[in-house]
Amino acid sequence: MAEKVTGPVYVVEDNIDTDQIIPAQYLALVPTIPEEYEKLGSYAMAGLPNELYPIEFIKKGAAKTEYKIVVAGKNFGCGSSREHAPIALGAAGVKVIVAESYARIFFRNSVATGELYPYEARERLVGSVKTGDVATVDFDADTVEINGVVHELKPMGDVRPVIEAGGLFNYARQTGMISKS
Amino acid sequence: MTLTEKILAKASGRGRVDAGDNIWANADILLTHDVCGPGSIGVFKREFGQDAKVWDAEKIVIIPDHYIFTSDRLSNRNVDILRDFAREQQLPYFYDVIDDPNGLWTFNPARGHLNRQYGSRYQGVCHAALPRRGHARPGEALFGTDSHTCMAGAFGEFATGIGNTDAGFILGTGKLLIKVPETMRFYLEGELPKGVMAKDVILHVIGDIGFDGATYRAMQWEGPGAQSLSIDDRMTIANMAIEAGAKNGIFPADEKTFKYVDERVRENGTKSDYDPTEIDKDQKFVFDKVYDLSKLEPTVAMHPNPGNRALAKTLEHVKLDRAYIGSCTGGKTSDFVAFAEVVNGKRVKIDTYGVPATSEVVQELKESRLGGAPVWDVLVDAGVVMTENASCAACLGGPPDTFARLNGPLTCISATNRNFPGRMGSKESKVFLASPYTVAASALTGRVTDPREFLS
Repeated sequence: MAEKVTGPVYVVEDNIDTDQIIPAQYLALVPTIPEEYEKLGSYAMAGLPNELYPIEFIKKGAAKTEYKIVVAGKNFGCGSSREHAPIALGAAGVKVIVAESYARIFFRNSVATGELYPYEARERLVGSVKTGDVATVDFDADTVEINGVVHELKPMGDVRPVIEAGGLFNYARQTGMISKS
Repeated sequence: MTLTEKILAKASGRGRVDAGDNIWANADILLTHDVCGPGSIGVFKREFGQDAKVWDAEKIVIIPDHYIFTSDRLSNRNVDILRDFAREQQLPYFYDVIDDPNGLWTFNPARGHLNRQYGSRYQGVCHAALPRRGHARPGEALFGTDSHTCMAGAFGEFATGIGNTDAGFILGTGKLLIKVPETMRFYLEGELPKGVMAKDVILHVIGDIGFDGATYRAMQWEGPGAQSLSIDDRMTIANMAIEAGAKNGIFPADEKTFKYVDERVRENGTKSDYDPTEIDKDQKFVFDKVYDLSKLEPTVAMHPNPGNRALAKTLEHVKLDRAYIGSCTGGKTSDFVAFAEVVNGKRVKIDTYGVPATSEVVQELKESRLGGAPVWDVLVDAGVVMTENASCAACLGGPPDTFARLNGPLTCISATNRNFPGRMGSKESKVFLASPYTVAASALTGRVTDPREFLS
């Protein structure tokens, strides 16, 4: 993992549930089948109401998003246990989420798949930051810099090496919890 | 220790665990379905090899239920992936849509959505079917690739939803690294008054603590009020622990639980021994509150989340386009019987759809009677469009041809469990969650309606 990720942010409010991240009609796509994984990515955030989010997360006709960083409010990823949610975001090209808090299963699935770094912010960024602002997440310093202001992030602790390893299985093998294949 | 801590101590082979401990828990059952099963199997094969064997075929329960009665090609294929895996691994508890173990599943839209299109093994919604087929036992640890897996907490077990990667890990190893949650206690006193149902209890509580109010935590239901609730009521309540963000919900097992579980394991020939967990005198809670059931009133969760609470009687200005009864939490036989009590001899005013949770519910509704007529007929005569094709159906939207899906900017009152934007289909639609009584009364008037005026 590079120590920094820089790019434009996409900003969403509180309580973005898994139906908004990946609408249920696309769940027949199986994430372990490579072309279906890519397809899931193209539908990331397709459930956001248009009137609240006039800027498209993925431009029409594009397969990936230009937003590598998502800034969110509280309880991001609430709702279902669908692993399709962090996978769709990862497949779309998102690297980091910076949220005030997460729903449990979404957080866990982000770590287990190694698709995303789910950072928690120490303060509310939604409102002061807008979609398109350029941010730099610094993994060594646990900070995000947006519009010239540096905000502290909560260190990810135990889960960070799991994501860095590429998810639960790689981590379990590296650390001898399961045998190497 | 709390109930959850005691079960997790046992599941991890320890004498004691405390909230916050990271433990390797052994799974007693892994549950999966057509939406997350294929991906979990994909992870298992990728990580353990194409020829790998699952850790224990007897402990895997596969119940296709989500996207079954649809012409969506990938959805039909996903049922076939499950069948191939069940055959290859010789899994005894795969409840297939069709009877031919070498066949392929294809929904036939020409036969319509209402008439039965499944074989003799098919069940329907996994959380409702799991205990009915004898796979829920007190004191056990259940993991399932669906957030409403927590419903089985009604039987005094630890039950929680997980993702595909974790499920793939369990398929290969039988265990999972988890954190022991803190426990919140909800101590229930009194009994439910007329017109108030278990759904009102859980909607009231989620409104109280907020729909992220139990995030990472266990919700433990105790007290004489909890004991007074039927097994179906406990299932309704445990089901929606996740709607408050909880890891699990749990009721202590009692005589009602043992009777239900013993009957079901005997009838289905599943594992009959279990070790129920009793309540300790010394329990540590991060939240402890008493609720008097007798004070509750018909409650609604308004669009757009399950914590957006209001009393039904204050919402009579809300005009509705549709009513829906079904799902794991709201599609049980007792839910339809309650609905039928309200609409018996009357006529619904708006489009109203009913989807029984399981094939067994279909059968029970046709066999049981209300005022001399089969409950099924009472519902149909009142104008409810009933399908025999038990499944998750429109509760989670699904492919566009899903029965009763909200395919436009409709406002629906629903006996289901989740109402985030777009949950039941179009992201322009709005969903109000309520009890079967309240949904039925609202179907009669076309507005959100307190059902007590329809119950003498």
